[in-house]
Amino acid sequence: MSKGKVIIGMSGGVDSSTAAYLLKEEGYEVIGVTMGMWQEPGETEGCGNLSAVKDASRVAEKLGIEFHVLDFRKEFRENVVDYFINSYERGMTPNPCIACNRHVKWAALLDYANKIGADYIATGHYARIEKHPVTGRYSIKASVTAAKDQTYALYRLTQEQLERTLMPVGFYEKDEIRKIAANIDDFIAKKSDSQDICFIPDGDYGAFLERERGKNHCPGNFVDMEGNVLGQHKGLIYYTVGQRKGLGIAFGKPMYVYGLDVDKNEVILCDNETLFSRTVYANQINCMSVPEFTDGMRFRGKIRYSHKMADCTVRMVGEDLLECTFDEPQRAITPGQALVLYDGEYVAGGGTILGAKLPIHQRKNEAE
Amino acid sequence: MATKIYMDHAATTPVRKEVLEAMLPYFTEYYGNASGIYGIAKESKKAMEKAREQVAAAINAQPSEIYFTAGGSESDNMALRGVAEALKDKGNHIITTKIEHHAILHTCEYLEKHGFRVTYLDVDADGKVRLEDLEAAICPETILISVMFANNEIGTIEPIAEIGKLAHEKGIYLHTDAVQAMGHVPIDVEEMHIDLLSISGHKLGAPKGIGAIYIRKGVRITPLIFGGAQEKKMRAGTENIPGIVGLGKAVELAAAELPETRATLEKMRDRLIHGILEAIPYSKLNGHPTDRLPGNCNISFEFIEGESMLLLLDALGVAASSGSACTSGSLDPSHVLLAIGLPHEKAHGSLRLTLDTDNTEEEIDFILEKLPQIVARLREMSPLYEEVSKQAK
Repeated sequence: MSKGKVIIGMSGGVDSSTAAYLLKEEGYEVIGVTMGMWQEPGETEGCGNLSAVKDASRVAEKLGIEFHVLDFRKEFRENVVDYFINSYERGMTPNPCIACNRHVKWAALLDYANKIGADYIATGHYARIEKHPVTGRYSIKASVTAAKDQTYALYRLTQEQLERTLMPVGFYEKDEIRKIAANIDDFIAKKSDSQDICFIPDGDYGAFLERERGKNHCPGNFVDMEGNVLGQHKGLIYYTVGQRKGLGIAFGKPMYVYGLDVDKNEVILCDNETLFSRTVYANQINCMSVPEFTDGMRFRGKIRYSHKMADCTVRMVGEDLLECTFDEPQRAITPGQALVLYDGEYVAGGGTILGAKLPIHQRKNEAE
Repeated sequence: MATKIYMDHAATTPVRKEVLEAMLPYFTEYYGNASGIYGIAKESKKAMEKAREQVAAAINAQPSEIYFTAGGSESDNMALRGVAEALKDKGNHIITTKIEHHAILHTCEYLEKHGFRVTYLDVDADGKVRLEDLEAAICPETILISVMFANNEIGTIEPIAEIGKLAHEKGIYLHTDAVQAMGHVPIDVEEMHIDLLSISGHKLGAPKGIGAIYIRKGVRITPLIFGGAQEKKMRAGTENIPGIVGLGKAVELAAAELPETRATLEKMRDRLIHGILEAIPYSKLNGHPTDRLPGNCNISFEFIEGESMLLLLDALGVAASSGSACTSGSLDPSHVLLAIGLPHEKAHGSLRLTLDTDNTEEEIDFILEKLPQIVARLREMSPLYEEVSKQAK
């Protein structure tokens, strides 16, 4: 009778609620799970916090499905929050959702699925999972709605994870999902989309890092590409590559953040042109539709979530070190963000951006 | 004198029959603690979550954004003190108005003693906040704006949507004390950009001792009451399930009946206001003539004391008030009437009649017949009035 037992991660939002509804309609035995990940006193939003638990349990009740709350606060703290803070302190701009998806959401859900003997896990992501027609490997394919495409943050999933994952909302437009959600109730259909990073609901990263690590962010110098001091910055954590606004200083001409030098505690500034680069280096490589990256492979690459894909060629320059050369220079290559490579509609794989140039120690390795 | 005509609905309302009926099973039958996992506890929890949906639906919020409290004053305290505490590192400036309920004003005074700076905005002669004043008061340290949705004494409805738009643009939280407005005028927290909103049960046919606060998802706020994990740890204490059920039912009824109730009350209110103003010389309407609560009539009569009027009305079985229920009994004139520019003597001679659907046209007739006689009688005893009458002749 049942098409199988599926564990769905529910946040109480419109997408995962509707995903649960769709799976139930399709004939799966659906078990809802909210992952308790983050909660601080006085916080009213976030992945897996008490609001999410309340909303998700309300939806589960309406759908008549089994519902559990699982505690993953420790895993989330270690794999996502600490990583996020450490990255900032190392002068990088992390994408915590990517880390959360691979190390917490999927790892935790699959583990739970194995424990209770479920066949699949499911999420409310706008993406589709299919086998690549040529390589036969599981891959994430763009959602039917380009506007809500969430493939970028999913590029690190493994073959084992993809094989057992269902993403029912990837086959619909967002508007259609809202209409379907009205079958659950009006509250869900009207619920606004979550924004920003779930553990920083007010979007104030600086204040968050201060709360976590105390106000120990040392002011330092703004310098130009030649090392000339241009002024004082508030502390490295407040800046990201490509940033122009909020430098708090007028330089006579538009200046942008080129990079952050953690050792010297300097923010390096440049003009707009200097921000462009054709080359991107990345490590922590994950292969999805391709079994491996080989020299000369052509893809379309994305260097941040909002980046417009651009044609590029890749080359492996170390065991876990990929060099990606775009046909046209790209603006603001930001260390810590992900380079995601697409083969047509399929995610081929990707890695974590090291920068537009190789860090010095990596360059030595390459020479050896 | 036994009260025959109740015209003090802004002070409190009787519990509606439907509300009482909805509540009754939760006293003796489903008395379980909502935190339990057994049958009757689940019934309590289910009832509570239904009430949360009822309240959320009435203001276009999500159920998870509704927290139950013990009433309007607690909700106001929680909004102000909770946001102030949570955002104290971000700024220490709060903007409110001179015509707020004392639950706001006295909380602001408390916060002023603890390092916060509060701007109390003036209002115009109708009791409305001027947007330009608000904009001028905003500074980088401003963390919260608290403006009441509608005033409890003079009934003026504030331009909350415009205030919300401004607050939203500036990235400042907006709290509104909607204790008087809830259930009487339409409220949409999304459209009006409201971040926090206070609700009281007993102003709309639910019992005393139950209220709620809407807190927009993502708003940073510290709890006022610590203890158990109830209300997502934002408000500890075993939930008042019968009260919560009553509040949910009352809000649901009020929201469903709102357009009809509003039209009926406005018609009655306007007949009362115009009838009094026409029949009694030296009388003046307080508050905005049209942007006012459907049931609110507040009129000042020169040369007389409001308290004497209340005593004579009470002798006829009419329950009315001179200011807000919480101010009556004090010798100070109403801070609201002073804020709209009334001199002390006129502020003393005001009468507030607040109507609801249990009032009748016959009762309006009765007031229109008796009130001119009462005012005339009191003025006969007033030396001030004697002088003015002489001069007029």
